[in-house]
Amino acid sequence: MSAVPVTTKKDWSSDQEVRWCPGCGDYSILTAMQLLMPELEVRREDTVFISGIGCAARFPYYMNTYGMHSIHGRSPAIATGLAMARPDLDVWVVGGDGDMLSIGGNHLIHALRRNINLTILLFNNQIYGLTKGQYSPTSEVGKVTKSTPMGSIDQPFNPISVALGAEATFVARTHDMDRGHMQEMFRRAHDHQGSAIVEVFQNCNVFNDGAFNAITKKDARDAMLINLTHGEPVRFGVDGERGVMIVDGTAKIVDVAEVGIDALHVHDETAPDPSVAFAISRLADDRESPTPVGVLRSVQRREYGESVSSQIAAAQDTKGPGDLHGLLRSLPTWDVS
Amino acid sequence: MTDTVDRADEVREVERIIIRFAGDSGDGMQLTGDRFTSASALFGNDLATLPEFPAEIRAPAGTLAGVSAFQVHISDHDITTPGDAPNVLVAMNPAALKADLHTLESGGTVIINSDAFEERNLAKAGYEHNPLEDNTLDGYTVITAPMTSLTKEACKDLGVKPRDAERSKNFFALGLVSWLYSRPEEPTMLWIQEKFKGRDLVIAANEAAYRAGNAFGETAELSASRMTVRPAQLPAGTYTNINGNTALSWGLIAASQQAGLPLFLGSYPITPASDILHELSKHKNFGVRTFQAEDEIAAVGSALGASYGGHIGITTTSGPGVALKGETLGLAVSLELPLVVIDIQRGGPSTGLPTKTEAADLMMAMYGRHGEAPMPIVAASSPADCFDAAIEAVRIALEYRTPVMLLSDGYLANGTEPWKLPDIDSLPSIDIEFASELNGVDSEGREVYWPYVRNDDLARPWAIPGTEALMHRIGGIEKQDGTGNISYDPANHEFMVRLREERILKIADKLPPLEVMGDDDADILVVGWGSTWGAITSAVGRLRSGGTKVASVHLRHLYPFAPNLGELLQRFDHVVVPEMNLGQLTKLLRAEFLVDAKAISKVSGQPFTAAELVTKIQEVAR
Repeated sequence: MSAVPVTTKKDWSSDQEVRWCPGCGDYSILTAMQLLMPELEVRREDTVFISGIGCAARFPYYMNTYGMHSIHGRSPAIATGLAMARPDLDVWVVGGDGDMLSIGGNHLIHALRRNINLTILLFNNQIYGLTKGQYSPTSEVGKVTKSTPMGSIDQPFNPISVALGAEATFVARTHDMDRGHMQEMFRRAHDHQGSAIVEVFQNCNVFNDGAFNAITKKDARDAMLINLTHGEPVRFGVDGERGVMIVDGTAKIVDVAEVGIDALHVHDETAPDPSVAFAISRLADDRESPTPVGVLRSVQRREYGESVSSQIAAAQDTKGPGDLHGLLRSLPTWDVS
Repeated sequence: MTDTVDRADEVREVERIIIRFAGDSGDGMQLTGDRFTSASALFGNDLATLPEFPAEIRAPAGTLAGVSAFQVHISDHDITTPGDAPNVLVAMNPAALKADLHTLESGGTVIINSDAFEERNLAKAGYEHNPLEDNTLDGYTVITAPMTSLTKEACKDLGVKPRDAERSKNFFALGLVSWLYSRPEEPTMLWIQEKFKGRDLVIAANEAAYRAGNAFGETAELSASRMTVRPAQLPAGTYTNINGNTALSWGLIAASQQAGLPLFLGSYPITPASDILHELSKHKNFGVRTFQAEDEIAAVGSALGASYGGHIGITTTSGPGVALKGETLGLAVSLELPLVVIDIQRGGPSTGLPTKTEAADLMMAMYGRHGEAPMPIVAASSPADCFDAAIEAVRIALEYRTPVMLLSDGYLANGTEPWKLPDIDSLPSIDIEFASELNGVDSEGREVYWPYVRNDDLARPWAIPGTEALMHRIGGIEKQDGTGNISYDPANHEFMVRLREERILKIADKLPPLEVMGDDDADILVVGWGSTWGAITSAVGRLRSGGTKVASVHLRHLYPFAPNLGELLQRFDHVVVPEMNLGQLTKLLRAEFLVDAKAISKVSGQPFTAAELVTKIQEVAR
């Protein structure tokens, strides 16, 4: 295999006109990705983007890689088949909150528990965009939309909690206002062996504009985003004045001055048990409270495709390569002359 | 028993025997029937089997709902069905007698485990009087044996607990029936030793029970009932006895070898298709990947994903699963990727009759997707034919880059027949090449890869991920022919809808013409598809030997039809279509060819018998 050719953003951009609404958060995610790809040292022909249906699902059309825009909710299932058949490929899955958590929720959790080598990007804008503004499974209770004129009565999913509940081996969160952070999360997710999911807070400026303003606007971030760094005490605030403690299995926001720095939880993304990561994911159930971002969990577990291949190799070792003539004679036979 | 040979002169020779083993679900009747079948196969008879069992794993013991039966037809000549009315009924309990006595030919033989005919069991079966003591069995030859107690007795000195010994009573029945119908003992003994290896007491008990059954036949002076069926004169070759699901699995493996592409099965367990998942999972050394998905939708999705990656994507299911897969099949039609959907049909709608057969999914296979979404349909006609049908389905899928529906049913899935093993060198070749080169020029004069450029068969190129320079995007949105770019242009959509139909119809150009069996100058043509082949072939044979002129034709391809079907239908005054549905093929034939085709329908969960068809076809002839 020759060295991976040097590429630029242009090489990773397809010739298709991008058709998201002007101002959509998807643009910044696409740019982040197209800029990141040349740095990942992978080949375009070995890279596949698979999506379902929704605004986010148009993503593959804009990447100059292999790509499939499939049907609503099914992208994790289709990608699972591809990744099992072709462990040599880099398979990315892109979808929104409706695609991945509503119609495709079942496929998502099963892909995560199996730990198949997929990099899953969940663009969460807390709304249905392509169908013009119904509430989604991540919309807050009380949300008034076309389908909920009196306010939504559904308890929303917290995608990070769902992923940790499914024992995903890599779980991270980022947002569309910070290209550097997005790229770091995408890179880490890509490099992870197994199912990796990154939730991206993404602004829908048409149907749910400003949903994340309170936490992701530049002047709000220090106070409202809890940046998780492996091996570091969990601390945030303009002057790092606040932090997170784990008390009886529950994550609590505390004043550092009050509890002392040694009392803060030291983030361990490699903890085998997902309970603490889950506790941290529960810190914010709305988009107005301090919200954890970064890598919540990154643990090693046997990758599914590898197990598939090793069973095939083991079967070939013990039985030899398939012999059709022998197979047809594997039940009792008799001869007629 | 060695005595068999010595007393051979007492054994009456018959051309064929149909035996039905019936008992409680827990009595091991499927195993008993299967063993009797295997011994007969090795003995050289032609045969056909019909297992029938309840959907419940353990239905309430002793009830009619819990009766499990296995019918086997053995013959000294070529046969195609498990037989009409059984000649012999083995009833292990009152419920089995109550449920199945009506199937027995008049004057037939009933073999009964008399130990089971006590008050509780009689009540459960709904008998007010013991049928062994009233006139229920008048006119039948009745052989009663206290099978349970004799089995316990035979195992007494082996150290087997009486409760465990009781479980071997099906081997007593097998031993007795094997003596009556002169089956060789050796295959069963070898099987017992192999199957229960390491469980010496179980081996000893089953062997003792078998021999006790054998000995009972001799000592009870049942010689008058003894019969044998000589080996059949079948074409020379090596044979194995095979059921449809196994043959189908092997056909998929053979197709994978012929195409030189790995097989990927995405499946979700469902009766009666699960055995294909089980079988293929055993053969990973052929490079087969099997994936038990979280649901039917993920099963077909994963298969489509594998096909996109250059594997042969397969998904196996039954009717309810096909319903769930519909949207993904529409995507596969739009993506023009190979995929084989295998529907082992069962009684519907909804859960329906999971363990009973029906063939009522034809219209779903034809039209069960939104939009104009044509898919070729291939149907298997006998258990062994499932092998060839699987190869044909894969061939069409790969060569034409299309999802294909392969229809089998519960009867073919579980029924068995002797199969003359094919010469591997004679299997159809499947030549597939992945795209490797740019094939278009864009508006700026650059060489590019276009995914929807077509070959002479109107199939698009198959460029798999990993192929340098051919990166492209495909999707379910309507695309422009050639470039594959998203297109909402009205004229393009009209063009693409028509093109997708045309390219599937074009498959017929290379199909072999149908051949009429029977009398070319007959007034009546019997058109069959799927598992009705056996009953139709047998019925047509009987009618012709009785002097009725009749012809038949059997359809391997339901969509598109073989090219000469229309012309052929026009040649006959009467077209009748036996179907295990309310006339689905009949409707298609009438719509397509404007012929007055008439359905012969059966939707009882059981296959047609030849006798039924003889009567129905005669009604038309009159």
